[in-house]
Amino acid sequence: MSEKQTTPSPGEQEISRRELFTKLGVASLGVAAAGMLAFTYRFLSPNVLYEASPVVNAGKPESYPVDSVTLDVNSAIYLVHVPEGFFSLNAICTHLGCMTAWKPEAGIIACPCHGSRFSREGQKLAGPAPKPLSWLKTWISDDGDIMVDRSATIQPFEFLRI
Amino acid sequence: MPRKTDSYVEKLQRTRVWRSMFRSGTGSSTLHRALAIQQNVFLHLLSTKVRRRMLTFRATWYLGALTLGTFFILVVTGILLMLYYHPSVPQAYADVKDLKFVVSSGMFLRNLHRWSAHTMVFLVFAHMFRVFYRGAYRPPREFNWVVGVVLLLITLLLSYTGYLLPWDQLAFWAITVGSNISSAVPVFGDEVRFLMLGGHQVNANALLRFYVLHCVVLPLAAVLFVAVHMWRIRKDGGLYVRQSEPGREAVPETAAEEAVLEKV
Repeated sequence: MSEKQTTPSPGEQEISRRELFTKLGVASLGVAAAGMLAFTYRFLSPNVLYEASPVVNAGKPESYPVDSVTLDVNSAIYLVHVPEGFFSLNAICTHLGCMTAWKPEAGIIACPCHGSRFSREGQKLAGPAPKPLSWLKTWISDDGDIMVDRSATIQPFEFLRI
Repeated sequence: MPRKTDSYVEKLQRTRVWRSMFRSGTGSSTLHRALAIQQNVFLHLLSTKVRRRMLTFRATWYLGALTLGTFFILVVTGILLMLYYHPSVPQAYADVKDLKFVVSSGMFLRNLHRWSAHTMVFLVFAHMFRVFYRGAYRPPREFNWVVGVVLLLITLLLSYTGYLLPWDQLAFWAITVGSNISSAVPVFGDEVRFLMLGGHQVNANALLRFYVLHCVVLPLAAVLFVAVHMWRIRKDGGLYVRQSEPGREAVPETAAEEAVLEKV
C-alpha cells in the first residue's frame, strides 16, 4: 500500500490502485446494466407477430354496386364504389383507433367512441379526429379480384377505374 | 370463565414453543407492549407508540388503512379468480362468463373484486385530498407524499391492466383507445405502445402482458411501496399532528383547543 508512485507527468492525474479498481468495477457494472437494458428491450419486442396480413382480397368488383359503401369488419376497411371508380378507406378512426361505421341514412362515416364524422371520401367533417381517413392502395389482381393493402396509403381521389 | 381463559393463555405464552416465536415476553408493561410491536416483522414498520387521539376516527378518517383493506380484499379475491381464468384468446371471455354463471360464488367474488377496485381508487383519492388539505405532505413528510403519488400511479395502472382481462367489447376498445393515447408520447410513443401490447393490435400478446402486469408485477410493486409508505410514517415522526405545522407553537392537547384548531 505504501509503494512509491512515480512522479506523474504534467496534465496526468495521480490515481491510486484502489481508485483504479473502484472505477473499473463501477464502469463494468455500468456496461453490464446497459447490456441488461438492451437485452430486456430486445426480449420485450416480439420478432414474429401472428397478425393478419395487410393485403386483403376484397373479392370481385361486380359484388359492389355503384354508390355503395361496404365495411369489412375483419380487416377494418371500407370499399366504396362511386361513378368515378373504386377506392378503399382505412376504417380506423384517426383519433384514438376505434372502428368507424357507415351511416347510410346520413351518408357519413361516424366513430362511436368520441363522435368524429367523416364524409364518404374520408374528409373530416366534425369531431376530435386530427386527420382524414386515409385512402389505401387498391388494385385488381390477375384473377380479377379487388386487392387492398392496408399498410400503403395513397393520395385521396385516386380512383381505381375498371 | 374469562379468568380461566386468561390463565390458559398465560400458560400458553409461557411454553417454549410460544417463547421461541414471540420473544417480547409476557406482561402489559410499556416496555413489553413496545417490544411486541417492535419485534414483529409486520408490525415493526409501524410506530411502537401512537397518541391515543391519533387512533380516533377524526384524526385520519382511517382512509389509508381502509385503502390497504381494499387492497387485501383485491389480493384474496384476485388469487381465487385466477384459479378459473386463462389469459388466452378467446378463452378469457368464456372463463369470465363461466365465473359469472357456472362457478359457485364466482359472481360474488368477481363483483367483490370489481367493487373493491373502484372503492380503492376512490379511497386513494380521498386519502390524498385529506393529506393535502391537512397539509400533512409538508416537510419532513414530503418524501412520503412522493411515495404516495407512486402508489396512486400503481393503483391506476392496476385498474387499467385489469380492464382488458374480461376480453369483451368494452375491454377491447378501452385498451385500444388507452394504448393509442400512450402512442401520443413524444419520440417513444409508438415504441411504448408496441412494447405494451407486444404487437400493433390489441391481441393475444397484449392480453398476456396485461395479465402478467396485473397479477404479478404491479401487485409486487404495490406491496413494496406500501411497506416503504408505512415505514416512512414512523421515520417521519408518526402520524401528522396539527401542532407540528410550521409557525404554530405547541398547543395543549385539550378538546377545546382542538375544536378551535379544527375551525381554523
